[in-house]
Amino acid sequence: MSAIIHGAGAATALTTFNSKKLVAPCRTNLPARSKRCIVVAGSDDASKSFGSSSVLSVRRPQKLIANAVATKTDTSATTGHELLLFEALQEGLEEEMDRDPHVCVMGEDVGHYGGSYKVTKGLADKFGDLRVLDTPICENAFTGMGIGAAMTGLRPVIEGMNMGFLLLAFNQISNNCGMLHYTSGGQFTIPVVIRGPGGVGRQLGAEHSQRLESYFQSIPGIQMVACSTPYNAKGLMKAAIRSENPVILFEHVLLYNLKEKIPDDDYICNLEEAEMVRPGEHITILTYSRMRYHVMQAAKTLVNKGYDPEVIDIRSLKPFDLYTIGNSVKKTHRVLIVEECMRTGGIGASLTAAINENFHDYLDAPVMCLSSQDVPTPYAGTLEEWTVVQPAQIVTAVEQLCQ
Amino acid sequence: MATAFSATLPLHGSSQENRLCFPTRLPPSSSFLGSTRSLPVRRLNHAHAARRSPVVAVQEIVKEKKPTNPLLITKEEGLVLYEDMILGRSFEDMCAQMYYRGKMFGFVHLYNGQEAVSTGFIKLLTKSDSVVSTYRDHVHALSKGVSARAVMSELFGKVTGCCRGQGGSMHMFSKEHNMLGGFAFIGEGIPVATGAAFTSKYKREVLKQDCDDVTVAFFGDGTCNNGQFYECLNMAALYKLPIIFVVENNLWAIGMSHLRSTSDPEIWKKGPAFGMPGVHVDGMDVLKVREVAKEAVTRARRGEGPTLVECETYRFRGHSLADPDELRDAAEKAKYAARDPITALKKYLIENKLANEGELKTIEKKIDDLVEEAVEFADASPQPGRSQLLENVFADPKGFGIGPDGRYRCEDPKFTEGTAQV
Repeated sequence: MSAIIHGAGAATALTTFNSKKLVAPCRTNLPARSKRCIVVAGSDDASKSFGSSSVLSVRRPQKLIANAVATKTDTSATTGHELLLFEALQEGLEEEMDRDPHVCVMGEDVGHYGGSYKVTKGLADKFGDLRVLDTPICENAFTGMGIGAAMTGLRPVIEGMNMGFLLLAFNQISNNCGMLHYTSGGQFTIPVVIRGPGGVGRQLGAEHSQRLESYFQSIPGIQMVACSTPYNAKGLMKAAIRSENPVILFEHVLLYNLKEKIPDDDYICNLEEAEMVRPGEHITILTYSRMRYHVMQAAKTLVNKGYDPEVIDIRSLKPFDLYTIGNSVKKTHRVLIVEECMRTGGIGASLTAAINENFHDYLDAPVMCLSSQDVPTPYAGTLEEWTVVQPAQIVTAVEQLCQ
Repeated sequence: MATAFSATLPLHGSSQENRLCFPTRLPPSSSFLGSTRSLPVRRLNHAHAARRSPVVAVQEIVKEKKPTNPLLITKEEGLVLYEDMILGRSFEDMCAQMYYRGKMFGFVHLYNGQEAVSTGFIKLLTKSDSVVSTYRDHVHALSKGVSARAVMSELFGKVTGCCRGQGGSMHMFSKEHNMLGGFAFIGEGIPVATGAAFTSKYKREVLKQDCDDVTVAFFGDGTCNNGQFYECLNMAALYKLPIIFVVENNLWAIGMSHLRSTSDPEIWKKGPAFGMPGVHVDGMDVLKVREVAKEAVTRARRGEGPTLVECETYRFRGHSLADPDELRDAAEKAKYAARDPITALKKYLIENKLANEGELKTIEKKIDDLVEEAVEFADASPQPGRSQLLENVFADPKGFGIGPDGRYRCEDPKFTEGTAQV
């Protein structure tokens, strides 16, 4: 089930996405790292709302546009349980650790502290200090240790406290994680999952706001996925752990408190597939992670203006799901990529190249790519807002492409 | 599970008060993972500590021992050691010949002169123990049990190589023999070795299996200035991992003398700083290396944690076959050539009547034939075909993704031909 954004009735009052209004006291207790998080309060009718304050919640059904967002048939309306995204990750991880005793976690503060974003909360108590290993601060060494453990039979989940810290582990990720299966002639498998929060947060400063997907995408031998909803977070976590390939799972700092109802039964999300968020006819919008929500916010405005965008969350950053993407391009003939990655050498750049290469004949307009500015993310709130793509820009871009 | 660090081994000096010991011992069932060190009550005078360090060079210990059996090895063991060192030396000499004949390419780093370290350690290990090495890994692979044929074929880039020709000289891997590589960047393998040791501890403590496998990590003096080395010393000591860090200090990192690049050149001293014994041993003497290795391996198997062993050794050839080796002093080379480990062992075996010239000559001939046969085998083996290009990139080839036609790219028939678009 995809997380949907209600409050469509408020769309007319909310043509620009003012993220500052959505700030609420953080649910998780992070002492020194005080961040303002987006708190999602579930409303009584079990609908999903993003960043709702009482001002924005839906109260005007006569203005509700039913097809503003995609709603998959709600098969789990009666069963299923509601939880936040970080809890979904934890649930997926815990289920896999129960299922296979070789699955273990290593990283900074994952054990006694419960994880800096609480993804591993309670796991050390349940599984012990060796299975949920608190490492010293040595990313290169403990990532390599995870790789060595994977080569000799374990299935480690390595957490980068912030994805940016994994730059210190680049040697191990590139040379060992990606390459050893090949250079050993297929003798050793490296079934690691490397995960952690990344992306631009709330005034976290340049170094804590990095998007490493662009740096890792060229490494042969690894897969990269990005989760964006509690449903796909749990599904991708489980699939990544079960995969024999090394998988890098990108989470986003601002999405940990998204709430959604997910099925009770065991499920995984295919690592190589993209997710159809909203079918449409006029234009294909490809996005991933947090930008999905900016796109959906813009989609409400666009629908009111008479456009019918098809929104796809690509989810698999490496490799791209060219089937889902291709089918969409063949239908709409116009592509807009919206990402949080940097402009230069980002995921969008690769995706643009892939689409041009494979589907050039189907395009009525050049592929447009909206990415973050090529600047180190500034601390000041206003500047930070301008580095990242905002819904208004998305609306303008769609209007431009659909002329 | 941490037990209190106790220095009761003969590796350390007999002095009681300077030991880095902990006042209390945690109960064995404690699951506490971490250091239980507390600072000693008496403040040690730095110079005092240096003179009466708990860690001593092994030569002294070996002399102090009054064993009932004056010999350090039996005849069988002696011949095994001799054969292994001869194999290492002959193989590497053959590599040099083959390289200059254009049969192998790229960077080839030869181990001549350092055989005592490889043989001294690896011949004590079982098949399930792991070895991690660097780019100077041919002889470690051979000592661990990888066949000369497989290593030579790998060097020739043939399909029958231990890594199907995909790794080359610097990436000798063998799952069967638990040879975990072969790494091109220095220091890269040390975290991998730490991980293998972690698995051993995990198997014992979480999976409740009977596992006392140890891991031996080999690396050079240059690596000891690299961060990964220190990070792993810390973690290995912290978690009491069954690992032995073996420094093959041959005094030169390509053209950089160890003394020019290291503030404190005595590498063995860095062990105690992290809470593990540090030992210095004469790496040109296989018997001394073997004695130290026995202690270190036994310690690791008992769950007492890691050891840092610095082996003073020397490489008779240049850093690699591309290195003209002009910087090293001829006198220094001559000094170490006189301490050739193979000559030393031969002398020991003959003087102590463990073997005679004839037996040793037989071994040398046998190895010569083996290496010749390995070359013939490698020559006759086929080169990898195009179909091998895309295999082994992913353990699960679905990782190449879904193509525009809806099929997984690995399902494309051209994938197995190696010509598919990925």
